[in-house]
Amino acid sequence: MRYFVRRLIHLAVVVFAVTTLTFFMLNLLPGDAAYHTVSEEASPQDVEAIREELGLDRNVFVRYVRLLKDTVCGDLGTSSRSREPVMQTLMACLPVTAELLILSQIIALSLAVPLGILCASKAETILDTLLSSAAFAMISVPSFVMAIVLIYCFALKLGWFPATGYVPLSEGFLPNIKSFVLPSLSIALAEWVTLMRVLRADMIITLHQDYILAAKAKGVQPGSVLFKHALRPSSLTLITVLGINVGHLMGGALIVETIYALPGIARLMVKSILARDVAMVQGCVLFITVGCVLINFLIDMAYSIIDPRIRRRRPIA
Amino acid sequence: MPDFRKRIGLSSRNPGKGRLGPSFWLPLTWILFLVISAVGAHIWNLPEPDDMDPLNSSAPPGCVREARVGKEVSGSASGPPFHVLGTDTMGRDMASRLIFGARISLSVGLLAPAVGLLLGGTLGIMAGFYRGRLGTAIMIVMDTIFAFPGLVLILVVAYSLGVTPTNLVIALGILTAPAFSRIARANTMAYAAQDFVLAARTLGSSDGRILCREILPNIVSPLFAFGLMLVAIMIVVEGALGFLGLGVPPPTPSWGGMIAEGREVLDDAPHVSMIPSLVMFMTVLSFNLIANGLKRVSGIRRYAP
Repeated sequence: MRYFVRRLIHLAVVVFAVTTLTFFMLNLLPGDAAYHTVSEEASPQDVEAIREELGLDRNVFVRYVRLLKDTVCGDLGTSSRSREPVMQTLMACLPVTAELLILSQIIALSLAVPLGILCASKAETILDTLLSSAAFAMISVPSFVMAIVLIYCFALKLGWFPATGYVPLSEGFLPNIKSFVLPSLSIALAEWVTLMRVLRADMIITLHQDYILAAKAKGVQPGSVLFKHALRPSSLTLITVLGINVGHLMGGALIVETIYALPGIARLMVKSILARDVAMVQGCVLFITVGCVLINFLIDMAYSIIDPRIRRRRPIA
Repeated sequence: MPDFRKRIGLSSRNPGKGRLGPSFWLPLTWILFLVISAVGAHIWNLPEPDDMDPLNSSAPPGCVREARVGKEVSGSASGPPFHVLGTDTMGRDMASRLIFGARISLSVGLLAPAVGLLLGGTLGIMAGFYRGRLGTAIMIVMDTIFAFPGLVLILVVAYSLGVTPTNLVIALGILTAPAFSRIARANTMAYAAQDFVLAARTLGSSDGRILCREILPNIVSPLFAFGLMLVAIMIVVEGALGFLGLGVPPPTPSWGGMIAEGREVLDDAPHVSMIPSLVMFMTVLSFNLIANGLKRVSGIRRYAP
């Protein structure tokens, strides 16, 4: 319980720091959002009106305090580009990014776990060396290069999946999944190598433990030893890496959403940056940060489920 | 447990340990080739990277150059009479753009970790050596940067300061500093407790002398090993920013930008995207292989940031 409270404070501190930093970076630097909002031939009066509407005529610190107050109340302001509430736009984009990330993690794990176990059980054989080398080459493919290659092969040449575009879930499950296959693969293929390597290393150490020897001596089937006895204690680092990678994943999502034209949060952020839409950029930053911290929090919770011994230990201050 | 160490791949290549095979020299050759091409880009007889050949847009590799627009007279246009690697969507010579783009990729890739190494390394050594309030203060600042989603910081910098190679190097350098500072701090703490440091102190060495002569030589190699790993990552990050249109603004060629431009003609002229993709893949793979080879030879284990 105490742990939970500490994580909550941590979340609050990070959100506060990120909000403050982005606010001052966006506002103290040259460039005026009002000029970017109005059209080319707007008169100085029009610009003034917009400045007043966006609250830009007031002191930076007054605006900062107001922003903090509004953020706490859940009001993220209004987009200067679309004139819609930022919160509403973000909520509309959230499911797309969430589906993309979840699917990509499923693909990455379903590649990494079996291959990691395979490599660990056959460590130092030709199979292991070959797989590890292939993985090493794959980790050197940037996600946007992977995306281009996937589009070329599977969308343009084979025509199995749409090249770009997003089909909402309301138009049917299959078309929706189809539009997500290539994007998720682009992220997953760059991701699974790290996971596999971590699992392989941990698994090899686990396989040398006495209880594995005991299980083998009892006559447990080799497959059952690997999956039931060795996998769970070996997956702690794997889970940690999953958590650490969330920030990294957002980077992948950014590129993939842009290439495949998926209307997710990361793409929204790039568009807002290019349009100099301050409120929207601020909202995106906040959403992404909170998301990263929350996922890491959930992963910390998952530790104690995977390894009950952790629960008994007192958390390290 | 020699067998155990072998099983987890720590010293599996014992017989060949200390020797660098072709998996080190081939990538090094490629990187040297790139560096020499990029540094001497003005010496080689290349077409200008923004010279357009409108009759030959998205032309395949090896096509003959026709019109020469962009520079004043056709006679003064430099370069061979054909496009070695073809042209991009605007009819610009791909080989030339790749070489000029290598300047951005390589300088960001090499300088950003260097900035991070200097900044984070120095602070980390200080934090590890003076472990009182100063050390705590440094680590709090570093941890705050570490917690900040890196991508967000880069994008905000891109938004507010505009992207120039210098800004990019500084922003990425600051982002990598915390990882360096942690490695430096951990290693400094380990070495500061050793007897030879005590001996130096007994001999009357000043703090500065102990830091530079006793501790620094010991912690340089893990820092460099980590820095080399980062080079590949930084090249990818620069490419990604260029790809998103948030990198160094056009018409300056960058690999990421070239790959993005080729998307429009991916179906008819895949080489416009594929050639820069291949170059980028080979470069990233090369830096990874070099880092891996050096790590193996020097016996340094992987340092997670």
